[in-house]
Amino acid sequence: MKWEVVIGLETHAQLQTKSKIFSGSSIAFGAAPNVQASAVDIALPGVLPVLNREAVVCAIKFGLAVGAQIAPRSIFARKNYFYPDLPKGYQISQFETPVVSGGGLMIRVGSGDTATEKFVQLTRAHLEEDAGKSLHEDFQGRTGIDLNRAGTPLLEIVTEPDMRSSAEAVAYAKALHALVQWIGICDGNMQEGSFRCDANVSVRPLGQKEFGTRREIKNLNSFRFMQQAIDFEVQWQINEIEEGRAIRQATVLFDPDSGETRSMRSKEDAHDYRYFPDPDLLPLEITADWIAQVQSGLPELPQAMKTRFESDYGLSSYDAAALTMTRATAEFFEDATAATGKGNGKLCANWVTGELAAHLNKTDMPIEASPVSAAQLAGVIRRIADNTISNKIARDVFEALWSGDGKDADAVIEAKGWKQITDTGAIEALVDEVLAANQKSVDEYRAGKEKAFNALVGQAMKVTKGKANPQQVTDLLKKKLSA
Amino acid sequence: MSLSLEDVTRIALLSRIELSAGERENTREQLNGILGFIEQLQAVDTSGIAPMSHAVDVVQRLRPDIVTETDRRADFQALAPETEAGLYLVPQVIE
Repeated sequence: MKWEVVIGLETHAQLQTKSKIFSGSSIAFGAAPNVQASAVDIALPGVLPVLNREAVVCAIKFGLAVGAQIAPRSIFARKNYFYPDLPKGYQISQFETPVVSGGGLMIRVGSGDTATEKFVQLTRAHLEEDAGKSLHEDFQGRTGIDLNRAGTPLLEIVTEPDMRSSAEAVAYAKALHALVQWIGICDGNMQEGSFRCDANVSVRPLGQKEFGTRREIKNLNSFRFMQQAIDFEVQWQINEIEEGRAIRQATVLFDPDSGETRSMRSKEDAHDYRYFPDPDLLPLEITADWIAQVQSGLPELPQAMKTRFESDYGLSSYDAAALTMTRATAEFFEDATAATGKGNGKLCANWVTGELAAHLNKTDMPIEASPVSAAQLAGVIRRIADNTISNKIARDVFEALWSGDGKDADAVIEAKGWKQITDTGAIEALVDEVLAANQKSVDEYRAGKEKAFNALVGQAMKVTKGKANPQQVTDLLKKKLSA
Repeated sequence: MSLSLEDVTRIALLSRIELSAGERENTREQLNGILGFIEQLQAVDTSGIAPMSHAVDVVQRLRPDIVTETDRRADFQALAPETEAGLYLVPQVIE
């Protein structure tokens, strides 16, 4: 039987505020245990939560960026459950009226020019507080509780069950990860838990309308684990059904060591959260004026920028997508292009996604830390465009700039004597020299062997150490050989 | 609507409240009394009236995003039954 996979994702993005969502405690990562846990965060009696304005701004930015509705009035609710890292016995979240509803994200699935685009719809995004951390080791029969994280602002972003493969789920997670960083609401640091995904996975016979029973994989903190966990879970579910066992709704954890998912919560009661509006918090009002004000401060969004790159610089969809993966990459490209002229957009794109990306990958460096600045790369590209250097020499110039050998392209070209020879007389003399020294190739070419011609071009380039303009060399050789 | 003894037992478990058999019956009567009040309220025609989530019709005041709290761990942990290395210790909770 053919099976269809159905996936929906819930993502917790930690918002880039300075203080917590309902208290004035710092949310800086890495502090000693419990030094950033105030009376509100540890739920001492008599304290009251007060909502952080910046957390709301982050939610508005997100809503605008995904084309969602932003609720003029939304409500905070208590989600009740008992766990020691949740000191109040409830988490303040949003239930019936989330701050953001609808909208969606365009994703690219696959790679290269064969990639396809797909629109993933969002159900909602709501504001809530994070819980603390439980440390289960080292305390002989005790669990240690660190409440520094309790009250950290989160935006929980929920999709429709729109994805049909682990590749689509990962593509969505990557697109969302890029977007929240692009609009500056989340630092995207997955190791530190700033961006965590839960995947709801089910399977159904291909063509069946109803969804199968889903299981939720919790806390996927890397794209690789997400792919592995979903693939394992899908195969497990198919095997269960094919062996005649029904899938029961459950929460599962992924174990990266074994590559398996296993059931975590067994008690059916665990999901009875008894939500109700939090009497400590009044309705959150967001006016049209406020939304307009946030809108005016939003940067150009990746999807819009991608479309503009395609039309303004004549880039392929693939190149434009690669350049708009992160805001820093897009800015680097635009700075380089601005300094070389719009007509060199394609050349700049090739260098940013080619030579530069390869060097960054090799050294595992973000583009922000690139030793070659946009202005320096523009200097290299200008000299390719005006035929001062060939593409091959340009790579050597780039390499020199990368290792700090020279302050700009012109200085490197000057110091190394890499200027392309464009003087026709000089090249002509050179070509004569090559023809005289390679009579065998000349004879072969005249006898109809095309390959011999390439050998002659190669010889000419070798003699000039790559400094001759290859086009000029080719033209001159052709002229002389046909004479 | 009225609650059975099983309902009360389940709510007590969810709330982590221990009830003796006698307390359970007593609690059931009290909860059902409250539900009776709610039934009276529900008899009022509220069609066309937007539901309120709060008793007063004002909106949430917002706080500027500024760190105002300082470290008071020593004060707070003086109230805790057990602490170690800056952590609060609780009975082991691994499932």
